[in-house]
Amino acid sequence: MTAFWNKTVLKSLAPALAALGLIVAAQPAAAEGKGGPLHPHNPGFSFEGPFGTFDQGQLQRGYKVYREVCAACHSMSLLSFRTLGEKHGPFWDPHYPNPNDNPYVKALAAEVQVADIDSETGEPLQRPATTADRFPSPYPNATAAAAANGGAAPPDLSVMAKARHSGASYIYSLLTGYRNPPANLQIRQGQYYNAYMPGDLTPFVPEGAKVPPGGFIAMPPPLRANQVTYDDGTAATVEQMSKDVAAFIAWGTEPRQIERKQTGFGVLIFLVLFAGLTYLSYRRIWRNVAH
Amino acid sequence: MANHESTYVPKTAIERWMDSRLPIIRFGADYLSLPTPKNLNYWYTFGAILTLCLATQIVTGIVLAMHYTPNTELAFASVERIMRDVNGGWLIRYVHSNGASMFFIAVYIHMLRGLYYGSYKAPREMIWIVGCVIFFLLIATAFLGYVLPWGQMSYWGAEVITNLIGAVPLVGEPILIWLRGGPAIDNATLNRFFSLHYLLPFAIAGCVVLHLWALHHAGQNNPVGILIPKDRMAKDTVPFHPYYTVKDGFAVILFLIMFATFVFFMPNVLGHADNYIQANPLQTPAHIVPEWYLLPFYAILRAIPDKFGGVVAMFGAIAVLFVLPWLDTSKVRSMRYRPTMKVFFVIFVVNAFILGWCGAQLPDAPVVPGMPSFTLFDGELNSFLWLTRLATLYYFAFFVVLMPLMGLRETPLPVPQSISEPVLPGGGAPMAAGAPAQAEKQG
Repeated sequence: MTAFWNKTVLKSLAPALAALGLIVAAQPAAAEGKGGPLHPHNPGFSFEGPFGTFDQGQLQRGYKVYREVCAACHSMSLLSFRTLGEKHGPFWDPHYPNPNDNPYVKALAAEVQVADIDSETGEPLQRPATTADRFPSPYPNATAAAAANGGAAPPDLSVMAKARHSGASYIYSLLTGYRNPPANLQIRQGQYYNAYMPGDLTPFVPEGAKVPPGGFIAMPPPLRANQVTYDDGTAATVEQMSKDVAAFIAWGTEPRQIERKQTGFGVLIFLVLFAGLTYLSYRRIWRNVAH
Repeated sequence: MANHESTYVPKTAIERWMDSRLPIIRFGADYLSLPTPKNLNYWYTFGAILTLCLATQIVTGIVLAMHYTPNTELAFASVERIMRDVNGGWLIRYVHSNGASMFFIAVYIHMLRGLYYGSYKAPREMIWIVGCVIFFLLIATAFLGYVLPWGQMSYWGAEVITNLIGAVPLVGEPILIWLRGGPAIDNATLNRFFSLHYLLPFAIAGCVVLHLWALHHAGQNNPVGILIPKDRMAKDTVPFHPYYTVKDGFAVILFLIMFATFVFFMPNVLGHADNYIQANPLQTPAHIVPEWYLLPFYAILRAIPDKFGGVVAMFGAIAVLFVLPWLDTSKVRSMRYRPTMKVFFVIFVVNAFILGWCGAQLPDAPVVPGMPSFTLFDGELNSFLWLTRLATLYYFAFFVVLMPLMGLRETPLPVPQSISEPVLPGGGAPMAAGAPAQAEKQG
């Protein structure tokens, strides 16, 4: 019985496993032509991979795009101005290890007004931000944000690169993904067609027609060429601004990520050496035991 | 092992004083000198790895609790504050969140090792049963912990899982309200989940003590799966220290290399992006899925058309493990000598991965896109619904049908008389200390 099982079961198992492999391999191909968003395009970011670091100039440009364009509707409430001057951040300056002393960060904060109360009278007031302040939100609360934007509040961008698959590539693709919609696509008032927005447009095209990729988004195309004047002379194309702001959001999502990867190298080198030494100890201790 | 004689001799006056009052040094010394089968392979190192996982989770968890705020308005931001502003907070939090996944990788390997080598069979039933209790507590703790960051998956996962209690006839609804602390998941739920998430790891630690106590009383199993006769103890065992402290130590460091790779270079790949969106009770995510380690059980839950039936099947999938020692009728412990059962075991492992894969898919989605199919009862045959049902069937059949049946039907291979025999032909002649180096065989 054993031999029978070994031969038949094992032999019949092999093609089954092979078939399973084919099924798994066939999965991604299914998305083509059936609606659903396009796979995000990666424009090539400097911070990717285990050795990647941020391009400080790009982060500074990205901050400018965020401050002048995105911040009109999107909060980034988990970030403080002082974070901008931390190591690996957009305005890090080795002369000011404490970012609260960094004059550039102080000046950037002071450009923004934040709500406070008068410490004498308790009356609400607006004052220039300090480095210790969080980025102020454009709307007083989520209800006001939703009311001003057709019922859907613009999402907070603090952790956006972790909150979407493909992170910065997705943000870049979405910002550059406003294409001319197919003529047969029914677009509702206040909605825009975007090829990278998750969704399924099958109900919005005539039956049997080709379903365009992507979905509807309530955000109008936010960037136009030369909308922002870059201080370093970089041409402000939509692609450039999208890439810069995507990098800035990726940094803001995890300001510690470069520190994390660099620590990781030290840890791995230590562990590999430790493993080697432990293995040698193991060989030595067990040298006289047959096992 | 079972009646391991203490060889500890207190050497100093303090040790002698202590030994006659609280013999804790003797306890530790006996633990380290415990005779351990000398043929344990690397699959047996996961006990040590799991001890490390538990210790890591408790230590990092205690520090995280110092900075975390269990309030629905503040929880999400407090976790992000840990990642940004607490010194080393990003490391502690990523170790803790990835540590849960590492814990499950290790516990699944540990359980499959026990299953393969028959470590649950007499006289080790209690080791296995206590282990099942630990596994159940581990699932509960992981689920409770996943709710705490108060992301979208936290909230909706809690919604789906607590709703299961509501499926219990008659008493379900009142119990559900009692567990949640209200009619919906809210601040009261988050607070009690935080409290229980802090409590359960210590219950696990207590069970680990029982697990080890039972292990040391019944004696360690080994890949050959035979009990070591008294007269062969000296030949077939080595003291736990230094032989297994160094072997376990090496395995632990290899495991840490994998752990560190996740923590430092891809800390979020094992999680779901939606959990970085703050919980919103008014917006259901497109696709609610649990963490990867619960996907097989989630698949079993969805395999049954009836909600309560699904709950019974899901809990049954864990409950069946408790009675495994009595479902297995084989006289041979190790599947090394059960070639047929070994094949079913491999299928079981593959099947578990299939269940996990199914758990991550929408039930109506086709398994092979474009393949012609027909409707069978309540779903397309070419859908994850039916693949899940097939895999669920095998999961239960493995324990309830194959385990009792194969033990009676199969013809096992001859089992060696001693654990030295497979290594040293001729019954394992005792090796003199300092034997020539070329005689060694590394395992």
